[in-house]
Amino acid sequence: MHPIIKLVSQRLALGFLLLFGASALIFGLTEALPGDAAQAVLGQSATPEALANLREEMGLNRPALTRYFEWLGGIVQGDLGQSLTNKLDIAESIGKRLGNTLFLASVAAVVSVPLAIFLGLLAVRFQNRWPDKLISAITLTTVSVPEFLIGYVLIYFISVKLGWFSSLAMVNDSMSFGQKLYAVALPAFVLTLVVLAQMMRMTRAAILNLMQSAYIETAELKGLSTFQVIARHAFPNAISPIVNVVMLNLAYLVVGVVVVEVVFVYPGMGQYLVDAVTKRDVPVVLACGVVFAAVYIGLNMVADIVSILANPRLRHPK
Amino acid sequence: MNEQLTHMTKEVTAGKLTRREFMGKAAALGVSAAMASTMFADAARAAGPKKGGDLKFGLQGGESTNSLDPATYASSVPFQNGKQFGDTLVEVAPDGSIEPRLAESVEGSADAKVWTFKLRQGVEFHNGKTMTSEDVLKTMERHSNEDSKSGALGIMKGIESMKADGDNFQVTLTEPNADLPYLMADYHLIVQPDGGMDNPGAGIGTGPYQLEVDEPGVRHVFKKFANHWSDYGNFDSVEVVVINDATARTAALQSGQVHAINRVEPKVADLLSRAPNLTVHSTAGRGHYVFIMHCDTAPFDNNELRTALKYAINREELVDKVLRGYGSVGNDMPINAAYPLFDETIEQREFSIEKAAEHYKNSGHDGSPIILRVADGAFPGAVDAAALFQQTAAQAGIPLEIKREPNDGYWSEVWNVQPFCASYWGGRPVQDQMYSTAYLSTADWNDTRFKVQAFDDLLFDARAELDPEKRKVIYSQMGRMVRDEGGLICPMFNDFVEGISNQLDGWETDPTQEMMNGQISRKMWFV
Repeated sequence: MHPIIKLVSQRLALGFLLLFGASALIFGLTEALPGDAAQAVLGQSATPEALANLREEMGLNRPALTRYFEWLGGIVQGDLGQSLTNKLDIAESIGKRLGNTLFLASVAAVVSVPLAIFLGLLAVRFQNRWPDKLISAITLTTVSVPEFLIGYVLIYFISVKLGWFSSLAMVNDSMSFGQKLYAVALPAFVLTLVVLAQMMRMTRAAILNLMQSAYIETAELKGLSTFQVIARHAFPNAISPIVNVVMLNLAYLVVGVVVVEVVFVYPGMGQYLVDAVTKRDVPVVLACGVVFAAVYIGLNMVADIVSILANPRLRHPK
Repeated sequence: MNEQLTHMTKEVTAGKLTRREFMGKAAALGVSAAMASTMFADAARAAGPKKGGDLKFGLQGGESTNSLDPATYASSVPFQNGKQFGDTLVEVAPDGSIEPRLAESVEGSADAKVWTFKLRQGVEFHNGKTMTSEDVLKTMERHSNEDSKSGALGIMKGIESMKADGDNFQVTLTEPNADLPYLMADYHLIVQPDGGMDNPGAGIGTGPYQLEVDEPGVRHVFKKFANHWSDYGNFDSVEVVVINDATARTAALQSGQVHAINRVEPKVADLLSRAPNLTVHSTAGRGHYVFIMHCDTAPFDNNELRTALKYAINREELVDKVLRGYGSVGNDMPINAAYPLFDETIEQREFSIEKAAEHYKNSGHDGSPIILRVADGAFPGAVDAAALFQQTAAQAGIPLEIKREPNDGYWSEVWNVQPFCASYWGGRPVQDQMYSTAYLSTADWNDTRFKVQAFDDLLFDARAELDPEKRKVIYSQMGRMVRDEGGLICPMFNDFVEGISNQLDGWETDPTQEMMNGQISRKMWFV
């Protein structure tokens, strides 16, 4: 078998094992939270009688292990089950939400990743001169300000005062691609500002590190321009750390944006998960947790594989 | 100029002039824009409700776990959804009286034990079926039978039997209760086809709007139901958008993306009301923020000490600083003028350091610190309110010690468990329900451990009394008992603070529930 195919299949198998572990962990932790779905749904109006009836209907009277393995049995058949609280099909609800989350993440990524790498290269080219300092100052400022504050400031000036963009990033199926893009413009911009700095700084650091190498000096001595040296000799060798940090930020864009979702009222996965946790809706929490874990594991796997492909020594092991 | 303006306003009333045209012509006559705008609004109001337009709500209090099943309603968005697609038998009118809805009339027997609702005929459900008394019976059964999971189960407890009889629906109670119609106005009790026994979450009712899109935690869209039985509902469609973030909500209203929002934060309400395109409405409701003492636990079993603490709180200051003026002072009883049969003559307890010190001295308390437990989640501003209370109590020589508790688990570990803590009550439509829920000796939620036989007797007397004047006297007596002997320190009643776009007209002050008791989409219209 080709070593790369072998490696990928090993990683995949390991990934599934990790997913299983993650789901067990999430289930255990949700069970450990005080209260259950029946109490959370009825709230202050709960009477002991109504509580007992609701528990019975939700099947919360059965042992935890039974419920976990039933859920596991369902998921291997591709059935995510039903929400405890509103009886809706989880796969359908998650499908919409995940689609929205991926859409916002992709828009933010399409803008931020090339921009971050380009700014990183630019910073190296003008190292320690004003463009470098300006880029670092701006990106470090935007990453240091909490994202909800950036969100509020943009909403106040751009939607309330100028009226250019909507402060509600509501998307739905009846909208065209262009309308959706327009709707997510502000949250995507905020996310771009948030993830830009780390990727840009990593690109800059990785390449600067290589710029000390002897072969870079050789390239310079044979008369290549600085930008050519960076693009043709330094960058290919810096791909591995850059891809790693890019994937880390992509994962963040998918799983860590609940604050931005709340500020812009965006119907993504984050809010869905938070609501499910407050209402102790275990099947939904598990489903969201597994999807998030899968995204994390998947993106990290891609990062590993790309690093290997980018490095001839790993690509052709002796 | 005057004649011309009068003519123009008449044209507006007749619907012949648009706002833009009116403003243009008024400007030509030298009328300032603000003046012209007011004149236009007045003229348009005179024209009465107009049909059409798409209404958008931006509401706090919706989760992706929400269901359309009325039995599960516990927050603002589901409450509002229910008011769009559903009707109850009766509704509480803005003046506190009972207004007929699916029941044309209500009649109680002389002993207030048997209640007959005469049902409206020819009412159509959104699925095309005609409503019958069987549907009503099944609905009430679903909320009250032994399998019930309904939030309304508590209020349905006193029912002995129910029956459907032709056009009538009849309820027989175990004890007399003159307020039964108010219980039937509860927002959970939406009449559904077959009582919702088969599919309670389908969102099918008899309301003015029928369900179109249901995305819990995101939005709910309703469109006008052509065969609705009443004149209510002036809009083509209603969209309820869930906006849990307070800043996002106000921004959405300011930028005109929604027409009405709930829960405007008191600290931004003044600023928001300066915006030209909207009005901030503050409605005195029945909700109140309280400090509660257990009357049966030392040192609070001493009425002199309880009275000392009641005098030691500066109510005006709390309304001013914690509610920023969006509320009114409380009088150590859970009832205020928003309730029917309220006695206005009960004397208001005023802040008095001398009286507090005197009662404290009489109590003979040993001077050890009195522990007050409080958490941010008890009510907005609870920790600040407790700090203010501590300071004024100290002036009277009462040593109050504040113990902060975590929000998580506050309602299960502290409230109704510890002898002295901060809390809130949302209020109930009638005095009987409020007292039965929390002040009857045997009530589950008697969070002040107020157990007085004479009070219980009065409560039952009031239920059996059908003459409002006599009931008012009984309730006045009960209010005074709680005020003078109870464990409730009620410094303030909080208002519903809501933002409504000036494009809407027809606002009514309704203290029953927030957002005009959910009647905005039924009663308001676009100017």
